[in-house]
Amino acid sequence: MKIGVKVMPRKEVLDTQGRAVENTLREHGQKLDRCTVGRYIVLDLPDADSEAAMARAKTMAETVLCNPLIETFELERL
Amino acid sequence: MSRRVGVLRFPGTNCDRDVWQAVEMAGDRPEWLWHADRFDAAAYDALYLPGGFSYGDYLRSGALAARAPAMRSVREAADRGVPVLGVCNGFQILTEARLLPGALVKNQSLRFNDDWVELEMKNPVPHFAGPVGPGARVRLPVAHADGRYYVEDDELKRLQDNGQIWFTYVKNPNGSVADIAGVKSEKGNVAALMPHPERAMRNWMGGSDGFAFFKGRG
Repeated sequence: MKIGVKVMPRKEVLDTQGRAVENTLREHGQKLDRCTVGRYIVLDLPDADSEAAMARAKTMAETVLCNPLIETFELERL
Repeated sequence: MSRRVGVLRFPGTNCDRDVWQAVEMAGDRPEWLWHADRFDAAAYDALYLPGGFSYGDYLRSGALAARAPAMRSVREAADRGVPVLGVCNGFQILTEARLLPGALVKNQSLRFNDDWVELEMKNPVPHFAGPVGPGARVRLPVAHADGRYYVEDDELKRLQDNGQIWFTYVKNPNGSVADIAGVKSEKGNVAALMPHPERAMRNWMGGSDGFAFFKGRG
């Protein structure tokens, strides 16, 4: 069972990379309000039960994949 | 009296030899501690977490190292009151391990910052930089990409009220909140800073202010 973990910066002020990418896109003549850079992690879990897999993915996100001081995360079944 | 000092090594640590040398120069006895192994938390008089790029900064700088087996022993040692010093990546590891408050994120400039900076001591950590007093300034090298210290406003206030800010930058090189260059734990035995004292041990290295960081009180 595959679960996607989307990790994003919690605040604009923490998204230094987003600001840089945004500027480059603007320099290329693109119009945009905001660009945010995060990361996407795919977990391939052996669990047959999807609820159990989600629960374990949540634990993994809370304990390792995401730092709650600076990031938020969302899970999705793939 | 010579202290028994553990120097932590993770895959990608690269200031370990420098720290080893600095510990020896201060008259103490360094020993390597390997990331994959637990160690006796009661066996060491102090622990040093050197700089580098542990695990290639994968996920977040310090994130994977913070979850290594050796860090469980570091936590036990910290709980017992053993002095723990983190430098650069060591600072990132200690925040990721929640042994110190806050987080270190990418420099505001997005550039790797390699320079000498001036620091001002705000609150003393008797175990490290003992000879330097509050208000005194030291000059040390920095070399980091993720050196911007970040905490929320309420946490910053708590650090200020508790006297947990160890050093601030005189001229902020990376966008750190409140110019913070180093902090200490509430109990005060765990401390860390982004600049590298082990790279400033002798005048021929460009300065010798780092020497004090490997000395305890007085």
